[in-house]
This record gives sequence, structure tokens and C-alpha cells, in this order.
Amino acid sequence: MNLLVQVLIAGITIGSIYSLIAIGFVLIFKSSGVINFAQGSLVMVGAFITYAFVTQFKVPILLSILITFLISGAIGMIIERFVLRYLTGVSLISIIMVTMGISFIMDGGALATWGSSNFTFPSLFPPLSLLLGGIKISSIYLWSFITSILLLVVFLLFFKYSKMGLAMRAAADNQKAAVTLGISPRKVLSLTWAISAVVATAGGILLASISALHVNLSYIGLIVFPVVILGGLDSIAGAVVGGFIVGVLEAVSGVYIAPLLGGAFQQVAAFAFLLIILLIKPYGLFGTKEIERL
Amino acid sequence: MEIAQHHLEIHNLSLNFGGVQALNRVDLKVKRGSLFSLIGPNGAGKTSLINCISKFYEPKEGKIIFNDREITHFRPHEVARCGVSRTFQNIELFKGMTVLDNLKLGRHIHLRSGPLAGMAYLGKAKREEKELEEFIDREILGFLGLTPIKNWVVATLPYGLQKRIDLARALSSKPEFLILDEPVAGMNREETQDMIKHILEIKKAWGLTVLLIEHHMEVVMNISDWIVVMNFGEKIAEGPPEAVQKNPEVIRIYLGHSYMEGQQGREGKS
Repeated sequence: MNLLVQVLIAGITIGSIYSLIAIGFVLIFKSSGVINFAQGSLVMVGAFITYAFVTQFKVPILLSILITFLISGAIGMIIERFVLRYLTGVSLISIIMVTMGISFIMDGGALATWGSSNFTFPSLFPPLSLLLGGIKISSIYLWSFITSILLLVVFLLFFKYSKMGLAMRAAADNQKAAVTLGISPRKVLSLTWAISAVVATAGGILLASISALHVNLSYIGLIVFPVVILGGLDSIAGAVVGGFIVGVLEAVSGVYIAPLLGGAFQQVAAFAFLLIILLIKPYGLFGTKEIERL
Repeated sequence: MEIAQHHLEIHNLSLNFGGVQALNRVDLKVKRGSLFSLIGPNGAGKTSLINCISKFYEPKEGKIIFNDREITHFRPHEVARCGVSRTFQNIELFKGMTVLDNLKLGRHIHLRSGPLAGMAYLGKAKREEKELEEFIDREILGFLGLTPIKNWVVATLPYGLQKRIDLARALSSKPEFLILDEPVAGMNREETQDMIKHILEIKKAWGLTVLLIEHHMEVVMNISDWIVVMNFGEKIAEGPPEAVQKNPEVIRIYLGHSYMEGQQGREGKS
């Protein structure tokens, strides 16, 4: 029982971070139909930039995070402005290839700069522990959970109430109508990429401080796929729910199923579950049903 | 400064799609405060023309002048910010949002403070929000009889209402120049009459200039101040309704003889 609760807590925490990263992915897909294979690399590079500022340039950690957010927002905008803007009307498969290319460039760059060793991420938060019914929840999980939930709520409020958030939803919903209301689609897209990159970075920092920092953190980009496809590619709520499901699934299968099957079953658990869900609900749990008329 | 008598002027406008000449040296002048109609058979280039005005299409040559200012090379959202708004033949709305949210987006044109400032001055933002909602309630929803459904999600509403919401959306940016692309297409008689009544009321109350594309000839002839007839991308006639109705070329190409007989029959009775 004790173990199960521990596992669930770990799963939910990791899941909340997955949700965060997946939201960035969904935002880009919703507003431009682009499937961004570089999302995982943005996660990794963001964490490394923070790491570099803290340990190499000795900048206080909160300031480092702030600077990293600005830098990764800029990276997102640059990708949109100088690469994807020229690819409107190009087939989806070509765009996917391009985002993969961007991902390779970023991964390679990080590998060349920092090498392939594990780094201990500086601790972000003051120690805090909570006893819940006799079960101790470690500080880092608690903080990560609080932070990602806070960010998710900020997101939700931004899209529901802010003018810019409303404009972004509008432009994703119907570009023609948005333009006639004076919304600049380019500005919206640029902002979308910036926000996606920033949430990816936030996710990266949290993941790196839970485990360790390694170039392979960019593989998280792969786990985003079961998350968003589970939730439906175009649903933000779906991304959130999908994130939690995948997080819990991984944690539970890592402890209970992997020992039975041997190997690291937790790494494929999400994909196996995804297969089953897609057999029953081909559009994901929350996705829009698209009927193509021929 | 003297206000231009012509709200919109188009000079020598041409548009090509590959080898197809969609518009060929079209000239027109829309008088401020008038109701200006574009008519012609399908494929005559009416929608292409207004798509050039709202800059969805880039004309090959020619000039578009709005309020004495050349807007030929503006981007679509910049044209909107000049005070030009429009509806679409196939309703363009934010279907996943409520009617009210659809209309609130119109404020973007008049947005002075950025999103960060909006967050910083919560009090001011709140007041603006309230004023905006009052404006929408009073000036648009009330006017168009949409108040009871303002919190409905657009996708769940019937076609006739969506058509009206599309008009409301176009109005939400407080335009001075309104382009209507077939506002009563697919509507029944009663809905058509309602829609026309709303358009005329709003036009009068707001002092709008209206550019109308419509196939419903009875409507066009009744409410237009000036009509331009197009065919194969060219302007073939223009004038007040009475003149256009009698133009033999227009009758031959577009109105058809049966329409004229119908008109004469009606005149005979009255």
C-alpha cells in the first residue's frame, strides 16, 4: 500500500511535467498544424542553459531561470521566423523532417558543448517535506508538482481570459475571421512558438532536477507523442489529462510490471496503452473527430 | 482636414490566378455613407474583388485607396485596423467559442495596452472589460436580437443565426466600412427581411458605408444607392438601381428577361 502511494505520487508528479511539455506541442499543432519533433530538444536545451548559467556563470538560480526563459522564448521565435514561416503550404511530411532536423542540430549542439555525461542539477527549491498519512513525500516531488500545477493554471487563465490568449485561440480556430478582426497571424504564431519553448524549458528544468541532466533528456520528445495522441492532438485539456495518465502508467508499470517482464517495460508502457486506446477511440480521448469528405 | 467624399476608390485593379483573369482593370468609387452593391453571375469576380480589398488576394496591378490612403499593399489585419470589416459567404466564425467571446475579439483592433500591461493594471483591464461587454450588449447583441443566445457555443446554433452572428462579428470591431458577402444567401423570406432590416438599421445608426454582394435582386434593387454589375472579371455597367435594371446588357447577361417581366408585372399591378 505504502509503495503504491509512493509510486502514484511519483507518477502524478512526472505526469504533471509531461502535461506541461505536451501543452507546448499541442499549441503549435493547433495554431499551425505543425508537428514539432523538436519539442524534446527544447526541453533538454532549456535545462542545459539554466545549468550553464548557474554552475558556469554563477548566476543566482531564479535569475538563471528567468534568463533561460527569455532565451528559449527567443529560440522558439527564431525557429518560427526563420524556418517555419518559409514552409507555409509545404507538405506536412517535409515540415516534420525540418523540425527533426532542428532537433538534431540542437541535440548535436548540446552534445558538443556539454558532452554526454550526467550532471547533477542545482537544487531549485528549499527543502520541504510533507507527511501524508504516514507517507513521506520528498521535497523535489512536492515542489515539482506545485510548480507544474501552478504553470498549468496560469496557462488556463491566460487562454480563457487574457486578450492575447483569446486572440491565439481565435487564430487557431479560424484564421480568416481572426484576420478581419485585426489579429496578426504572424504575431500570434511567433508568440505561440515562444510560449511552447518556454513551457518546454520549464518542464526540462523540473525533470532535470528530479533525475539528472543529460543530453538524452531530449528523448522526452518521444514520450510527448503518446501524451498528446492519447488526449487528442488538438486538445489542451487532453494534453493535461494525457500527461497524468502517461506519468502514472510509467511509474506503476516500472515498479509492478517491469520486474515480471524484465527489462525496462515502463519505457514502452505508454506506447502499449496508446495502441489500445487508439483501437477504441481513434481520435484520442478528447480529439476532434475529423471526417474527410471526398 | 477635408474628409474624402469617396470612402473607397479602386483604380485599374487586375488579378490573375495562373492564366485565369479574375479581375480585369476594374475601377470603382464607393461614396461615403452609401450602400454600394456588386452584382453579376457566379464567377464574375465579385468575391475576388472584395478579397483584394481585405487583402486575402494580392492584386497584380492597380490601386486601392481607402480614406485617401493607399492600402494596396497592406497586410490583411492592417486593412482591418483601418476600419474595414467584412462577412463571408460561408460564415467564418470561431465555432468552438461562445457568441460573446466571438464578439469580444473585435476589441483587438482598438487594443492600446499590450497583454503585459493588461495583466499589470488589473483594475483598468476590468473596467475596459465591463465597458466592452456593455458596448457589445447594447450596440450589437441587442440590435441584432442575439442577446438570449450570447453564451451559446456558435457551432450548436442553426445556420440562419450563424449568418447573423457573422454580421455581429464583423460589427464587433466598430468598423466604418462594412463588406457583406451574400448576407442573405440560403435564408428564407422571413429571415431575409429580418437581416435586411438589421443591416439598414445598423448602417443608419453607425453611419456605415456598406459594400454588398448579393444575388437576391429584389433586395439589391430596393436598398442600394449605387450598383456595379460585373461579368468575367470586368465592370460592365454601373448606376443607380433604376438605371441598372433597364440596362439591356445587364438584362441579357444577368437579370434575364423573366426577371424584367416579373418587374413589369408588379409595376402594372401597382
